[in-house]
Amino acid sequence: MPSEPLVAEHALEFPGGYTRTTGPVIGRFLTELRDGRIVGVRTAEGRVLVPPLEYEPETGEPVTGDYVEVGPAGTVMSWAWVESPRKGHPLDRPFAWALIKLDGADTALVHAVGADAAKAMRPGLRVRPRWKPEADRVGHITDISCFVPEVTAMVAHIRMEYRVRPGRSLSRFLEGVRDGVFLAGRCTHCDKVYVPFRTSCPECGSAISEEVELPDTGTVTTFAINNLPDPRAPQVPFVSAYILLDGADVPMIALVGDVPAHEVRQGMRVKAVWAPPEERTLSMANIRWFAPTGEPDVEL
Amino acid sequence: MREVAVIAFAQTEHTDHDEGLTDFELIHPVIQEVKERSGLSRFGFTCSGSCDYLAGAPFSFVSALDALGAWPPISESHVEMDAAWALYEAWVRLQHGDVDTALVYGFGKSSMGDLRAIMTLQLDPYYLAPLGLDQVSFAALQANAYGAGRAELDEIVRRSRADGRNNPRALDLDDPSGEEFEVEPLRPYDVAPITDGAAAIVLAAGDLARELAERPAWITGIAHRIEPHYLGMRDLTRSPSAEAAGRAAGVGKGPVDVAELHAQFSHEELILREALELPAETVVNPSGGPLAANPVMATGLIRIGEAASRILDGGAGRTVAHATSGPCLQHNLVTVLEA
Repeated sequence: MPSEPLVAEHALEFPGGYTRTTGPVIGRFLTELRDGRIVGVRTAEGRVLVPPLEYEPETGEPVTGDYVEVGPAGTVMSWAWVESPRKGHPLDRPFAWALIKLDGADTALVHAVGADAAKAMRPGLRVRPRWKPEADRVGHITDISCFVPEVTAMVAHIRMEYRVRPGRSLSRFLEGVRDGVFLAGRCTHCDKVYVPFRTSCPECGSAISEEVELPDTGTVTTFAINNLPDPRAPQVPFVSAYILLDGADVPMIALVGDVPAHEVRQGMRVKAVWAPPEERTLSMANIRWFAPTGEPDVEL
Repeated sequence: MREVAVIAFAQTEHTDHDEGLTDFELIHPVIQEVKERSGLSRFGFTCSGSCDYLAGAPFSFVSALDALGAWPPISESHVEMDAAWALYEAWVRLQHGDVDTALVYGFGKSSMGDLRAIMTLQLDPYYLAPLGLDQVSFAALQANAYGAGRAELDEIVRRSRADGRNNPRALDLDDPSGEEFEVEPLRPYDVAPITDGAAAIVLAAGDLARELAERPAWITGIAHRIEPHYLGMRDLTRSPSAEAAGRAAGVGKGPVDVAELHAQFSHEELILREALELPAETVVNPSGGPLAANPVMATGLIRIGEAASRILDGGAGRTVAHATSGPCLQHNLVTVLEA
């Protein structure tokens, strides 16, 4: 009988951590970090290295003893987005690694950027450090918890409240809808039928006095598929359409339902689906939507 | 310079899982194989490359010496790097002129631990390692800085995996697919697979090489160059150290039939092609390269072995091998081999 393979768990660890001396240059940087400042060191050529190194990487010359405060703001040069942080990463939510050129520095610092999503990241993004509380800072690169984008936008909350009345034309139309009919107005001058009902002709400007009752059937002239939810719509995606009621000269906007969105088409014949009479009010909600009748399409 | 050639190369059938072999058991067959191919059982010098952090044990390479037959005592050295650098040390040793043969080997089992986290430990311990910056994350920073096109990267992975499927030593990996990111902009398939494996090479100098091999792969150029470690001090859109090593090794002094590049991430191939100024007709990584098998610490040596094999088997006249070490192609070794 084959035996299970022999496997042992094994950990490599320095209990309590491994102590490293910093030397004067890195030590100065970490000391300044503990105090909430970021410094670079000036090279003999005048470049400012951040984080400071003991030697100029290009020439091998020792750096000067001139420390320069930089940042705290900086510019993202390159970034990589971590959707699933790993154990040991500085943040436990999605974040970006970034090369950040702090203001006044000639080299870039590697650190984490706490951004909401990858699409918030771009070269040129301006960021600032988010420091750990002073009492928690010990002189460690993680004394900066992460960098965060500079503020470039803010949200303004606006809400005004009104009482709105529908006006005479719409009131009249809604009375019809409450009673299960579509009321239109006919301009005797232009011989055009407008629905919803209106009291003046938009074409010639004359007053409309003639009411016409239209049937609740019509033809889709154009439509849109909506992918954002709307409290009035049966589901997402839903279709809003221009429907030319039979006998009308202008189309009316309404929902189309009882049909998959991708099957709706221009010229489709539809009929209103009404709420039961006992639920009807002075509201367009009386018409749930228009549904296909199954008749042949109409040439528009 | 003393003429030195690769006369034998062997590698394991690499696996994507732990076969339950110790390092010694892993390397023993490839040592036996290069001994047979070269006809040598003792070597003037022996050098290996491995990383104790892969096994999580100090001096783990010492126990691997059991695979060699190291008694009576042999002249031996080790680099805590990819074994391509062990080959460099052996080449330098052969330049002294007092020994004529060298055995070089490298091995690694990435399956035992968390390679991404282990590679964090190679980073500077003050500024980078404490952030927990892992291997795929720093590679992704370079990929984004370079700005490689997605279609180009996909094609590199597709080609590498197809070539790998034709290489019995490499892993069998499907064509790349999937829209998710490992660390954006890198997808999981842009990252070399976790691999266990080993490889060995025998070098011989001058007439002895001609005697032992029908068609020795002569090392006509070999050089390595390094850049600053800290990523923010470097231009990550290119690899100046690979450029310098390529020039010093003389890559451009003749045609390049085949180039084996130590690209552990798809975008690194693009950066290296530019750095080494490889002509369009050069065949890159016909073995599948590291994207088809990445036995860490042997992967760079395998590049030299594969490039040499193309000459040993008569398929090519002049080849280039590249090996790398450190984050984001920090340190690069380029070898030119000729028939």
